[in-house]
Amino acid sequence: MASQQQDAGTGAYLIRGAAILGGAPEDLLIRGGIIAGRGHNLPADGATVIEAAGLVALPGMVDIHTHLREPGREDAETVETGTRAAALGGYTAVHAMANSTPVADTAGVVEQVLTLGRTAGWVDVRPVGAVTVGLAGEQLAELGAMADSRARVRVFSDDGICVHDPVLMRRALEYVKAFDGVVAQHAQEPRLTAGAQMNEGEVSAVLGLTGWPAVAEESIIARDVLLAQHVGSRLHVCHVSTAGSVEIIRWAKSRGVNVTAEVTPHHLWLTDELARSYDPVYKVNPPLRTDADVQALRAALADGTIDVVGTDHAPHPSEHKECEWAQAAMGMTGLETALSVVQHTMIETGLMGWADFARVTSTAPAAIGRVEDQGRPLDAGEPANVTLVDPAARWTVDPSKMATMGRNSPFAGRELPGKVVATFFKGHPTVLDGKLNTPYRWLPETPAAAGTAAAGSN
Amino acid sequence: MRHLLSTEDLGRSNAIRILDTAEEMAAVGEREVKKLPTLRGRTVVNLFFEDSTRTRISFEAAAKRLSADVINFAAKGSSVSKGESLKDTAQTLSAMGADAVVIRHWASGAPHRLAATDWIDAAVINAGDGTHEHPTQALLDAFTMRRHWSRLAGTPSTGADLTGMRVAIAGDVLHSRVARSNVWLLRTLGAEVTLVAPPTLLPIGVEKWPCSVSYDLDETLARGVDAMMMLRVQGERMNASFFPTTREYSRRWGFDDNRLRALDSLGLKDTIIMHPGPMNRGLEISSAAADSPRSTVLAQVRNGVSIRMAALYLLLSGDNREPAHHANSTPSIPAETTSAHVTKESH
Amino acid sequence: MTSVPEAPVPAKVVLTRVVLNQADIDRALTRIAHEILESNKGSQDLVLLGIPRRGYPLAVRLAAKIAAADPTVDPAAIVGQLDVTMFRDDLSHQAMRPPYPTQLPRTGIDNKVVVLIDDVLYSGRTIRAALDAIIDLGRPRIVRLAVLIDRGHRELPIRADHVGKNLPTSSSEKVRVRLAETDTVDGEPVNEVVIEATA
Repeated sequence: MASQQQDAGTGAYLIRGAAILGGAPEDLLIRGGIIAGRGHNLPADGATVIEAAGLVALPGMVDIHTHLREPGREDAETVETGTRAAALGGYTAVHAMANSTPVADTAGVVEQVLTLGRTAGWVDVRPVGAVTVGLAGEQLAELGAMADSRARVRVFSDDGICVHDPVLMRRALEYVKAFDGVVAQHAQEPRLTAGAQMNEGEVSAVLGLTGWPAVAEESIIARDVLLAQHVGSRLHVCHVSTAGSVEIIRWAKSRGVNVTAEVTPHHLWLTDELARSYDPVYKVNPPLRTDADVQALRAALADGTIDVVGTDHAPHPSEHKECEWAQAAMGMTGLETALSVVQHTMIETGLMGWADFARVTSTAPAAIGRVEDQGRPLDAGEPANVTLVDPAARWTVDPSKMATMGRNSPFAGRELPGKVVATFFKGHPTVLDGKLNTPYRWLPETPAAAGTAAAGSN
Repeated sequence: MRHLLSTEDLGRSNAIRILDTAEEMAAVGEREVKKLPTLRGRTVVNLFFEDSTRTRISFEAAAKRLSADVINFAAKGSSVSKGESLKDTAQTLSAMGADAVVIRHWASGAPHRLAATDWIDAAVINAGDGTHEHPTQALLDAFTMRRHWSRLAGTPSTGADLTGMRVAIAGDVLHSRVARSNVWLLRTLGAEVTLVAPPTLLPIGVEKWPCSVSYDLDETLARGVDAMMMLRVQGERMNASFFPTTREYSRRWGFDDNRLRALDSLGLKDTIIMHPGPMNRGLEISSAAADSPRSTVLAQVRNGVSIRMAALYLLLSGDNREPAHHANSTPSIPAETTSAHVTKESH
Repeated sequence: MTSVPEAPVPAKVVLTRVVLNQADIDRALTRIAHEILESNKGSQDLVLLGIPRRGYPLAVRLAAKIAAADPTVDPAAIVGQLDVTMFRDDLSHQAMRPPYPTQLPRTGIDNKVVVLIDDVLYSGRTIRAALDAIIDLGRPRIVRLAVLIDRGHRELPIRADHVGKNLPTSSSEKVRVRLAETDTVDGEPVNEVVIEATA
């Protein structure tokens, strides 16, 4: 399988014998940006053949929760480096959270992020709009303008900060109904978590680190699901981290509340015991919890109480992690390890199969974000956003070799299963042979984008 | 023993070894020439990110009595003002040839990071990190208790532990590194510990600690106590609603004159009163209690120098070089061996 | 003494020979005790400081013999222990060792005739450290040295005033002194001096 420059005009690929969603092996023909054929013994007809026996074909992954840091924190990550990491991780779309500098609370900033994403060309960057101006929690941002902008924002979040004022949260939930938007809440009662460093529990008591009690997350979720029910809105809960939160969401769904929930890969595996080393690579918000929480989250992802996996990819420059715990920034990288961690914690434990994996990493997040051309079935006629995975591969995590600028991976040094072999974005291979290939070139739409790209299929 | 970071993972034989060595160091303090040449040519750096004249002077005295060179580094860089990073400061000191770094820091875990990363080569002694641990304080407290306990039993202190001693620790346990270090060390030495505090000043998870917990100081005294340790309480905690007023705190959990008298009327004639200092006279401890013959506050300060001499000696002597360079040497004594004395033939 | 091979050890054979048995040790100590009294022209101002670990029980035995020869002497009052660990010059080259207690006789060492007692004199570094330790403790009028064994190979200009036995050895050999107060063999206290050589 050669890394090829995109053939202008044809760009055809025949994926031969991949297990479609982990099921029976079939061929997939990708041409003209769509899946041109699916079946057995498809003729190559000049297409580049990719022998995929033993590989699994999945719909391109969609991350509902990523931090690309640009504009403003380019010392931590840029849209270019972050989306490269996403493509290598098997993603074809990412929702870029709004806590940049300036905050993405206007049409101007979200359009800027959209353009950066298109210029980079590795994945579909869907900017998330802030709920409140400057993330200050006082005044609604111009949600409608962002929805109408070229960025077509549908997901709104103050992530990093909780929309803690109940009246403001109610208004936001009501307002976004006008354009089929959804508020994605970072559930963290601020007064209960003042100065918090890690999960409040037996470990924090011994380590002398201020605790972040589970009730600070659960009480906000409880309030928000009741609000969503009362005003008849959609609600999305970011990075659920406790068993108690799971129970509240399960209860809410049983009462018909239109709530979706997300879990990060690291919360499916890691516990607060890791903080005993005081290594800030394990410092994250919401914090790592106990093993009982990890088991509850896995069960919830398997049974659908939690709808999606979101990486909450949060790169930080090394000086913000090579210091005392209390000084360190919170966050872990995740785009390039997500697939492997989910495979390890959910598939290899028998809790899920690859079809479920496709649901939680592609179909469901695309639906939440209203991304129409992602998360589609791998059938003829559908857009060719496809990820090829080798489940039998084993690799050791080395942050210095990753595409993300962030070296803060909690899995550094661990051996993980599963490797992305190829990623097709709109029919163009952004990743081939497990390595970056070339980005997709969007057709020029606006004067700003014109002249930066060669012609390519849309 | 490469570092002294906590008492939680300090095994019994190492703990007793430190206490016994401190007995010999204390003897040096009583001689005319209060100095030993043992750490001559070694450099000890006091790296203090938190103000503490008393602890720093104690470590400085300890190092100097062992003829070590002392460098004092009052580092700026609090949670409010970011100064030079811990990593850069440590590497600068290491480049200046520090053999040991005594670090006091406002962030829990800072000494652990120094010891775990490759920023420095030196031995690390934790002189107090955030609300986590203060191992030399617990050791000097245990040393003080042991001398008292052995004297009551009529036996020598050397080699003894604290089996059977009932110790009560009262105060702001939630924010106290002294409380934590003491709980682990006293458990290791066989004492029975009771923590006394209002529920707001006890951490979630304290039920799992190797001690009892009580909200009632008077009841704890009535059940019998051999050492009563009062912890410093910050009056400002009432502004974060940990207790309503300092008056109410003192009345319920302060060692006031009533409780001092209670020790007599309960027949607890040998019970000592301890405090790590500095004291808030009138808040957690009354002046009469602080100045009574039962009070060991000054002895604790004296013993602090001996304990710190012992810690410096035990960390800085011994062969810490790579094994490859010294094929014939016996390795540094591991955690739980009982025989401490190696016979070597260089007479 | 005859060569008595030890029970064979898989990797190497250690040959042990007993050079002093219990009776030999006792006779040597008796002679040293008398030499001490002779050098001092009596027991006035005598202090015996044993260097741990085995120097101290030897000092106790010598004090008893001195008291046997001169009944005006209270043996307990003239014996002390001098720990030299903190004064050694090789601390960072050996495994860390915690110090033994230093206990001087009640009457101190100022203006006294201090006889240092140790089991084996070898490089002389222990005695060099002992001299430094003594100077920090007080000012004796005279300092002398009595050892049970002198095995040669001095690295410093140190000599013993009283020697139980001169034992020429090679530096590859080990000299082991065993005293009932401190050593057992197969669970039984034993008094002997052996040389171990690795074959």
